[in-house]
Amino acid sequence: MTFTALTDADRDAMLAAVGVGSMEELFRDIPDAVRLGRELDVEPALTEAELMAHLSQLAGQNADAGSELLFLGAGIYDHYVPAICDAVMARGELLTAYTPYQPEMSQGTLQAIFEYQTAICELTGMDVSNASGYDGTTVAADACFVARAATRRTKVVVAQALNPQVRRVVRTFAPGFGLEVVEVPHSGGTTDPDAVRAAAEDAACVIFQQPNFFGCLEPAPDLAAAATAAGALPIAHVDLLSLGVLEAPGNYGCALAIGEGQSAGNHMSYGGPHYGFMAAKGEHIRRLPGRIVGETHDLEGKRGYVLTLQTREQHIRREKATSNITTNQTLLALAGLAYLCWLGPRGLEEVGRACLSLAEEAKRRVGAPLAFDRPTFKEFALDLGRPAEDVVRAARARGVHPGYPLGRDYPDMQNLLLVAVTEKRTTADIARLAEVLEP
Amino acid sequence: MPETGVEPAEVPAGLRRAAPPRLPEIAEPDLVRHITELSTRTFGIDTGFYPLGSCTMKYNPRVNERAAALAGFRDLHPHQDPEGAQGALELMWRLERMLAEVVGLDAVTLQPAAGSQGELTGLTLMRAYFDDRGEDRTEIVVPDTAHGTNPASVAMAGYALVGVKTDPRGNIDVDDLRGKVGPQTAGLMLTNPSTLGLFEERITEIADIFHGAGALLYYDGANLNAVCGISRPGDMGFDVVHFNLHKTFSQPHGGGGPGGGPVAVRGMLEPFLPVPRIVRGDDGLSYDWDEPKTIGKVRGFAGPFGVFVRSYAFMRMWGPALRHMSEVAVLNANYVLARLKDAYDLPVDRLCMHEFVVSARTLRREHGVTALDVAKRLMDYGFHPPTIYFPLIVSEALMIEPTETEALETLDAFCDAMLAIAHEAAEDPQQLKDAPHTRPVRRLDEAEAAKRLTVRYLFEDHPTSE
Repeated sequence: MTFTALTDADRDAMLAAVGVGSMEELFRDIPDAVRLGRELDVEPALTEAELMAHLSQLAGQNADAGSELLFLGAGIYDHYVPAICDAVMARGELLTAYTPYQPEMSQGTLQAIFEYQTAICELTGMDVSNASGYDGTTVAADACFVARAATRRTKVVVAQALNPQVRRVVRTFAPGFGLEVVEVPHSGGTTDPDAVRAAAEDAACVIFQQPNFFGCLEPAPDLAAAATAAGALPIAHVDLLSLGVLEAPGNYGCALAIGEGQSAGNHMSYGGPHYGFMAAKGEHIRRLPGRIVGETHDLEGKRGYVLTLQTREQHIRREKATSNITTNQTLLALAGLAYLCWLGPRGLEEVGRACLSLAEEAKRRVGAPLAFDRPTFKEFALDLGRPAEDVVRAARARGVHPGYPLGRDYPDMQNLLLVAVTEKRTTADIARLAEVLEP
Repeated sequence: MPETGVEPAEVPAGLRRAAPPRLPEIAEPDLVRHITELSTRTFGIDTGFYPLGSCTMKYNPRVNERAAALAGFRDLHPHQDPEGAQGALELMWRLERMLAEVVGLDAVTLQPAAGSQGELTGLTLMRAYFDDRGEDRTEIVVPDTAHGTNPASVAMAGYALVGVKTDPRGNIDVDDLRGKVGPQTAGLMLTNPSTLGLFEERITEIADIFHGAGALLYYDGANLNAVCGISRPGDMGFDVVHFNLHKTFSQPHGGGGPGGGPVAVRGMLEPFLPVPRIVRGDDGLSYDWDEPKTIGKVRGFAGPFGVFVRSYAFMRMWGPALRHMSEVAVLNANYVLARLKDAYDLPVDRLCMHEFVVSARTLRREHGVTALDVAKRLMDYGFHPPTIYFPLIVSEALMIEPTETEALETLDAFCDAMLAIAHEAAEDPQQLKDAPHTRPVRRLDEAEAAKRLTVRYLFEDHPTSE
């Protein structure tokens, strides 16, 4: 099987039409010095059947959620992904179209993005959403860029209880953006509003996570108020799946809401592709990075959708653009939209409540004490009294992955294990977790 | 939602959601019909010919999707311990090696999420390299034909942009260039072949100018589909390369994403690559997070793994014949160019690589018909339009990239349509001005959208829907 359709006769006729005698002559503008002049040193081609055998063998070496009982979260979660999400991806038109530069060819994609923007605004309590960002880390860096433009300040404050990978991505790109990054330590598992107030002086923004990386519920309205009091934009990094039970960031004073969309409708897929989301209060619309779809009419007055405010974007503004983004994560965002529509408002609340209730049950069943005395949502930290890495190794040998050792990111937390409980877990699963965590 | 069988819990009152989000309440059959209906108003590669220049809209093999949906890939948690993810690590390790061979460089990071993020990553690597050497270099040279992402990435990476002109043969104007490269120069960002679809004939001379000044060369891999197995950026003198896995290596474009933007570098830049690096030791493959000179992380985890599965599958099915892929892409482009060059203006009369640019400026001058009108009229013939008004140095530009996966019959049908449109421009220009006539909507008012800024459903205007 090849993916070209030319016969030898086609090729010869085409070469003649071009006016060259051979394939070689087509490349006459390439200097000899930079021609490869040999075959690529890659493994021989496989047939489709051979390829699938090879890939199945590789996939079989991985301990996926079907082969291990998973209480592992820390940013990516084993929630149920309904078949409807895969149905979106299976529509070849949606799968194989590109960015809808030509709106008359792309009304389906454009309307779907408009609906996605609506759903994200509803969940986050914001006025405007972009068409998605790469993931939950890169949208945080993008948000810093927005905050710098909005405030003309050059410092960003991040909570230490913000996902470590998110903080690392912010730190990678901050110097290029001309930004300095300051961290506010956690205090007993959550972030202290007074510490935020002090750190946020002269800051462009404060980014905190709700629920935070330790699973604890932050005093989010107080953190937002502290940032605002210092003239910094409060930015909440939130879990879409929590927003059926937890208040929307836009309703407690945040300027932007960002996050990782995986928990709502995407498979874990070893880290991606997923969708990041970014929503903001209306005043920031012209500073947002990425695509935004707007409603309009055609010349007969019929409603339609187009990419709008393109003058923010790199293909028009070049070095003056709000971002260099071209690609986003539309397909994954549409799977997320399908998920949210499939659940509806009550379903979303039910899933959130199930996670919350099962996590509380797990707290009661396991013997180890909680590391932090704070309310949580679907994830919590245990103090095992012995190295969490050792416990994970031993539990995995018994077919259970009990969670994420926080010592990987926080050197003073070697005995702490972060346990995630999704709606897929049962009371029997929780009993099994309690069993493998027994000293 | 199944019963949990446990005591219901509640979040603290002060943090609890007060009013539910206004999401649709819809049964699954109607949701499926809605998605299906949306798809019927979307034109993809699966629908028809999509010669969108610089985007490499090639056929996406169906086996890619089957591969990515294998449970061992799809349901694998990214924090799974490396010993429980050896198959995933093996795939990424092998993909890194294949990509390094294709571009002739030493080391690869798969982490960046897309081409534009690859650019930002590459420029950040260059900054770290010069910082490490104690050199303060502030400028990046970018030709006037560059993709818009290049100058935007330069600005986001904190560099100053220095433009360089294009000569009449479509190459970089080397005389203009010489005066712009010095000790302040960090590097050059270049696409080769250029966005005109032309191979940079003086590339080794250009590389010598930059390397002679201690600067680096960055290769924008958007046009890599032209040269796989034929000519390698590393051999041309480039030090940093980003790939667009969704262009060259068949990750479906998904209506705008996901993409994948791995970055390859020459050895001296390897210490700065993002963490984690994938390393092979006696106990198999694992992650190395402990690289003292790393720039840090640019995206979560090791990158968009599902994209890697698809591109790996694609590359393994081609094997060394990737050269044939690029040859056919170049032949297809030259054939279409040969058929169109008498009806449209050609800014530079050379053989093209995998894409080419023609102009509708004569149609505009003689009949008042623009590149936009030609694009809209092509829709009525059942084709997705090419990229238009880019590159910026060609007026009324139409940038056409057929890719290797199109049959001669398809190319001929497209050429026939383009020739018919050129004829219509003379006979009945209004027909073009009013196009499209056959799509679900007529031409849309983009100015109205920017003025009204309705960017979400306005519940307040539809009180009955609440």
